[in-house]
Amino acid sequence: MKEKLDREVIAMRAAKELKYGDCVNLGIGIPNLCAHFIPEGVLFQTENGALGYGPLIREDEIENAEQYYVDAGGKFWTPVPGMSIFDIVTSFAMIRSGRLTTILGGLQVSETGDLANWSTGGGALGGTIGGGMDLAVGAKKVIITLEHTTKEGAPKILTKCTYPLTAQKCVNFVITDLAVIEVTGSGLVLKEVAPGWTADEVQALTEPRLILADDLKEIDLE
Amino acid sequence: MKNKVFSSFDEAVADISDGASIVTECWGLTGMSQNLIAAVKEKGVKDLTLITHNFIPLVFFGEGEIANLTILLPQLKKLITPVVGLQYLGAGAFVQEYVEKGLEVELTSHGTLASRLYAGAAGLGGIYNPVGVGTILEEGKEKREIDGKEFILEKPIRPDYAFIRAHKADKMGNLIYRGVYRADQPVMAMAARTTIAEVDEVVEIGEIDPEHVVTPSVFVDRIVKVPDDAFGSTKRIKEIIGKMGENELIRSLLFR
Repeated sequence: MKEKLDREVIAMRAAKELKYGDCVNLGIGIPNLCAHFIPEGVLFQTENGALGYGPLIREDEIENAEQYYVDAGGKFWTPVPGMSIFDIVTSFAMIRSGRLTTILGGLQVSETGDLANWSTGGGALGGTIGGGMDLAVGAKKVIITLEHTTKEGAPKILTKCTYPLTAQKCVNFVITDLAVIEVTGSGLVLKEVAPGWTADEVQALTEPRLILADDLKEIDLE
Repeated sequence: MKNKVFSSFDEAVADISDGASIVTECWGLTGMSQNLIAAVKEKGVKDLTLITHNFIPLVFFGEGEIANLTILLPQLKKLITPVVGLQYLGAGAFVQEYVEKGLEVELTSHGTLASRLYAGAAGLGGIYNPVGVGTILEEGKEKREIDGKEFILEKPIRPDYAFIRAHKADKMGNLIYRGVYRADQPVMAMAARTTIAEVDEVVEIGEIDPEHVVTPSVFVDRIVKVPDDAFGSTKRIKEIIGKMGENELIRSLLFR
């Protein structure tokens, strides 16, 4: 059995999509882990109204946690100079006006960039919508991190999503434990594969046909 | 000048009757108007419509430590929210028995809710929203193409009451918030017909710099000071946060 990338490495690769001056909103799960790998000069945004806040409070720093400084997932962060705090109308103007990049978790992504990430079905109460739909529709760049297949080995990158959608045609990049894929007008372009994996092996675990990038390469683990 | 300062939470919610709609903030522990929520629970009014950004059972805390929004569940007829429960705790499973007894749950997204409240506040007929197109949120709603892009019509929300947790009020009713307590609250205060604020501090007129006012007095009808030993007081929340390290679930969810 060949090794797949672990969640930290997926997060590290996703964080490389960000550059100095970007504003980013991180979803729950693997995206949260990206916070450890974000390059300098990237500002964090949270739906509940803060931009440019400092590092999350870790387990050994709980005594520094302050009720006034939490993100939308309830995690405490550190206030730093230059950050701003604002109301939710302003926050979603930021989100829906294409000023942010977002890294979100995913359950399924389709060939055309549709995203399903809030529910595996089970009716309206089977999942939580939160701010994911707003981010998926409004962000200038939507990066989805997920494991390439389900625990049973079924593809999560599909011709058409079977779970309830978060948004249509919204995904720009998919970063998995096997590959980096760009969603383009002509289809899904396989840009990078995990070390030791071939394009054919990745294709076998992906439902739609992948277009191989001219400069297809291995994911850089450094 | 009309006196807006009330001496008790019970008095501040005295006119809330069966069937009323209430909007209030909840992002976990922060920003919750716990004492107004507790007063409504105590009053026992029913058939309420509750509008909030998160409806989450805060299972981490002991009974009596906090007055969480979900204590109102048996009194609700309708819930409008983007979040029912937490995914890893079975999402909306905890409201299922109430849904079977007739509770209506209207799902929305965080941004959509904020905009619908703004529409309610500003007297707009609704908003054309790109969010929700092609999802369950478009069901039963008007769809329209504007400049080549698809939108769905979302109607305004104009609740009877807003419960606001602010930091400071002056006796006019001008409010300022602290940190992310601000979040949903300014738009909620504007959208409601009657706005009731519970605050850490009530100060004299002139003590808040007008440049720093976040919610102008015209949007605030009633103010109650949160006593030091009451739910959600600075002292109480500090104690709760201080104890978070003892709880393995909280450690794994919030600090790793």
